[in-house]
Amino acid sequence: MSVQCGVCVIGGGPAGLAAAIAAEKEGAKVVLIEREARLGGILKQCVHDGFGLVRFGEKLAGPEYAERYLDLLKKTTVHVMLHTFVDNIRPHAMGWHLTVVTSEGMRHIIASAIVLATGCRERTARQVAIHGTRPAGLITAGAAQYYTNILGQLPGRRCVILGSGDIGLIMARRLTLEGAQVLGVYEAKPVPSGLPRNIAQCLNDFGIPLHLSKTVTQVFGSERLEAVEIAEVGSNMQPVNSVRERVACDALILSVGLIPENELAETLGVELHPVTKGPLCDQNGMTNVPGVFSCGNAAHVNDLVDYVSESGESAGRAAARYAAKERAYLDIVPDSSFLYAFPQRVDVTELGEKTVLFFRSRDECDRTRVIVKQNGRELFKKTYRKLRPPEMERVAVPITAVGPVTLEMEVLS
Amino acid sequence: MREFICITCPTGCHLTVEGSGDEAKVSGNECKRGEAFARAELTCPTRTICSTVRTAFGHAPMLPVRTDREVPKDCIPAVMRLIANVLVKEPIACGETVIPLDPVCEGTLIATSNLLVR
Ligand SMILES: Cc1cc2nc3c(=O)[nH]c(=O)nc-3n(C[C@H](O)[C@H](O)[C@H](O)COP(=O)(O)OP(=O)(O)OC[C@H]3O[C@@H](n4cnc5c(N)ncnc54)[C@H](O)[C@@H]3O)c2cc1C
Ligand code: SF4
Repeated sequence: MSVQCGVCVIGGGPAGLAAAIAAEKEGAKVVLIEREARLGGILKQCVHDGFGLVRFGEKLAGPEYAERYLDLLKKTTVHVMLHTFVDNIRPHAMGWHLTVVTSEGMRHIIASAIVLATGCRERTARQVAIHGTRPAGLITAGAAQYYTNILGQLPGRRCVILGSGDIGLIMARRLTLEGAQVLGVYEAKPVPSGLPRNIAQCLNDFGIPLHLSKTVTQVFGSERLEAVEIAEVGSNMQPVNSVRERVACDALILSVGLIPENELAETLGVELHPVTKGPLCDQNGMTNVPGVFSCGNAAHVNDLVDYVSESGESAGRAAARYAAKERAYLDIVPDSSFLYAFPQRVDVTELGEKTVLFFRSRDECDRTRVIVKQNGRELFKKTYRKLRPPEMERVAVPITAVGPVTLEMEVLS
Repeated sequence: MREFICITCPTGCHLTVEGSGDEAKVSGNECKRGEAFARAELTCPTRTICSTVRTAFGHAPMLPVRTDREVPKDCIPAVMRLIANVLVKEPIACGETVIPLDPVCEGTLIATSNLLVR
């Protein structure tokens, strides 16, 4: 049995929901595929508030934000397939042929364009250097969040958190509220990687210590975690041998970073960016493979869900209008003071009045002017009181078809 | 001088307060809400509490909830004790009241998901 559609969206988180709704609005027949039993993606387990300030001007909890989009989706005729996993995607005369596994067996979907909205995954213990056994109690922050908020089970009573990413900070507060003891958050770098507001409201509000330039070097325990060894980290980012201490705990929660999920994208020949680890995209999220779009955390890790929805909308709209044609590109080239800029290029045949660019600075800097130039001419400039790598900035720039675009930074005194 | 990080929006401005009471001067805020936040922190800091409550529904053991307003920070432990004793038996919709908070403070606890009704 096969279904034909204009746009097939893979992933039912905020990016995929926005993409599906926007694609139908643009006139396409849309299929939305989600492997889990419910739509909403990671928002289902993000019970804390702070979502939707940009979109709705309200501080919503994660599930509440998802409900807004689920209400909109209900009013569409988007064909939603839950419990459905994409097995493989092959080129087809009409575009793409997707083979999917559903609870009723194998199905086939023929789509003119694909939107990849598969979100991101967490770095795990295997990707950080910790010695020792792998007893129960070693868990990523996202998994801890799933246990606590979806299943109602605490991952531990005495927890150590490694990494100061936002999910770890959010979980420090969450576990404390639920009665667990959070002994401290340990960060190998000299600066925290989470947002300042999360340091304030998740750690400081509850008196949870943040230890910078410290990391976990070893875990102890055979079946269940019993303790971890903490070491100071030198300026070369290597643990200092002489300064080590042992902390008794029954859970080590890892919040050491997120990586865009692009397994499917890679099978399609989508080229990934070395820093974002997501596809190289144009302003609509179209990858180097024509007709294949990427959005949300699959494209690059976002800190604000509002921008995730925005990227889903533009990818969904562009996928609905997608037609094979001659295209011409301009590269977006940030100077070395930026960690990255997104998108990496713009399609000049698709230029709008303004093009939305996102960037992160490589280092923390005070008073800085960011200048966007095209062909050496200033298009846009803005002075920031502070730029920090964990905080992604968004600018809308009137890019035209005339020549390469550069991003420059000028540190003001 | 006291310093705060404004948690009102993701910008997270670093606020500085000089002086106290009505005389207090707030700086570092990019918008007016930052000033209001700093004043509240000095007198009566408030927070929205987000959590989950147990349900009697097999497919969804926990229902996400939050306080419908910011409540005094001092009330957090008492509100969490109220939350810990809830068992939801009705299919409460997103935005509907789970319990009133009045034994502790003003406001209600509301559901933040349609998990039980969809
Ligand atoms: C713990 C945490 C806290 C956050 N806190 C905030 C906050 O306070 N404020 C804020 O604005 N933002 C916050 N964010 C950011 C924001 O929530 C996320 O960036 C956003 O949810 C990402 O949306 P997404 O749709 O790209 O991905 P996801 O929500 O991860 O959705 C991806 C979906 O794709 C599905 N999928 C993946 N692969 C396949 C496949 N092969 N086949 C079928 N389906 C598939 C997954 O099951 C999932 O449902 C937070 C994020 C996290 C993780
Ligand atoms: S002062 Fe205004 S801009 Fe700054 S964090 Fe507070 S609300 Fe946001």
